[in-house]
Amino acid sequence: MKRALREPRVRFGLAFLAGLCLIAILAPHIAPYDPVEIYPQESLQRPSSQHWFGTDTLGRDVLSRVIFGTRYSLALGVIAIAISGTAGLVLGLVSGYFGGAVDALIMRIVDVGIAFPSVLLALLVISIVGPGLPSVVLAIGISSTPSFVRIVRASVLVIREMAFVEAARAIGASRGRIILRHVLPEVFAPALTMATLGLAGAIFAASSLSFLGLGARPPTPEWGVMVSAARHQLRAAWWVSTFPGLAIALSVLFINVLGDGLRDVLDPKLRGKS
Amino acid sequence: MSSYVLRRLGQLVLTLFIASAVIFGAMQLVPGDPILAIFFPRVPSQEVYAKLRVDLGLDKPFLIRYVNLMDRIVLHGDLGESIKQRRSVGTIIKENLPPTAELALAGILVSVAVGLPLGIIAAITRYRLVDNLVMVLALIGVSTPSFWLGILLILAFSLTLGWLPTSGVGGIQRLVLPALTLGLYGGGYLARFTRSSILEVKHLEYVTTARAKGLGESTINLRHILRNALIPIVTMFGLLAGYMLGGAVIVETVFGRTGIGHVLVSAIIGKDFPLVQGLLIFIVGVFSTVNLVVDISYAYIDPRVKY
Repeated sequence: MKRALREPRVRFGLAFLAGLCLIAILAPHIAPYDPVEIYPQESLQRPSSQHWFGTDTLGRDVLSRVIFGTRYSLALGVIAIAISGTAGLVLGLVSGYFGGAVDALIMRIVDVGIAFPSVLLALLVISIVGPGLPSVVLAIGISSTPSFVRIVRASVLVIREMAFVEAARAIGASRGRIILRHVLPEVFAPALTMATLGLAGAIFAASSLSFLGLGARPPTPEWGVMVSAARHQLRAAWWVSTFPGLAIALSVLFINVLGDGLRDVLDPKLRGKS
Repeated sequence: MSSYVLRRLGQLVLTLFIASAVIFGAMQLVPGDPILAIFFPRVPSQEVYAKLRVDLGLDKPFLIRYVNLMDRIVLHGDLGESIKQRRSVGTIIKENLPPTAELALAGILVSVAVGLPLGIIAAITRYRLVDNLVMVLALIGVSTPSFWLGILLILAFSLTLGWLPTSGVGGIQRLVLPALTLGLYGGGYLARFTRSSILEVKHLEYVTTARAKGLGESTINLRHILRNALIPIVTMFGLLAGYMLGGAVIVETVFGRTGIGHVLVSAIIGKDFPLVQGLLIFIVGVFSTVNLVVDISYAYIDPRVKY
């Protein structure tokens, strides 16, 4: 971990993520205006010293809405990754460590999950539970689980055969103890990398689903919704969809930078792989 | 080789059966009565309701209905009927497939045209300014949401410069922006993958041997490094096909194009579940088949792959 902190990309990415969290927490204090209150007389104002990012059709301050949007994107991403991370760790550990019929069963399920392009797996989940923010979280959590399971399982297969695990087995440690105390910490590094890159992917996917009208709904200040709502007034007001989109792109970009950095440090074998 | 192809074919059939069972099962979990959904907001009379229940086979148990569905798909290629449009899913797919196929192929073309050369350039200029620049570009490519990129392109090339139309289907002009939107994302991935694939080969022993024989750097690059590095890139095509199918859903919405993705989103929002089911089974079928072809050609191209 100390080694990871020496990598400039990791430092930079962490600083960005910390900044994003701060903005999310302090949103009511730093946003200059209310994100949902309507001021019709202020409609579609160009970016100015008063409204840095301009205003939308209903006169709401775009900057304030972008600031509040941080909350949605971060929360959606983190919860989705918590779901796929937990499911991925448990299934991957069980599958990799025990092998046999359990492994075969889990891997068949994973194969089916991977047979769907991931957007479509998310769409399948949403068609069952109906549109909405909780559905989006669940959909992204489920659709990113299969690749998580694969990564964890692959590392467990290697670790399981290592000398220190055999030693633990030889001194009579229980299976549970071996998995939790010896295998799990070793899986942590690839899982952390995967979770970071997954967070970027989840923010990306959540805003895409909201853009399609399947996630957050107006007037929620969610970035994808904001881009979608403003796309029919591009000619009149470029700023309304440009700034929230930029917020998504930058968040995904810098979290990806963090993930790339972590991967290069923690898992040098995978260096530079996409 | 033929036994490998057969085995993979068997796996494909099995996966498709399980995947369609998952899709079918998922549709049964949808809360609400499908017959009431057809008539919504009106309410059907008792007789009509009872007749439709038998006609649609809803009176039969889950397993029987799944077997019936598979029977219709496998024997007749019948994917069911849309309850909102009152037309067969097959007809709807036939109508909407050409624009989506056109978009996906153009998107792959853009991805390859952008990603492959950039990846090669980055690998050759490794760790120098050009490499860093290309890698930053590629990272921006994979981090920019396609719906926003599409809007930026419309803003620049349609509204400001007036070079290209903003929306619709038909003609190369209406394809350029959607294809770019879809392709730049895949291009970013391809560039990253190509670079690492080349760097992996660069230090293998046979490259050192070639250099020791006194071959020129360009010969080594072209004949020894590139030829072998490009083999794993074949596997990227399966992944790219997935991005294109998933991305089409978004790009078609942004550019107001007709197509499978657009129909799917409308079907989900309109709760037309038979249509959702038919479309998903179709898309998974296409995606799995593409991946099968990719795997087989990979085994064919790379003699080191054991099958």
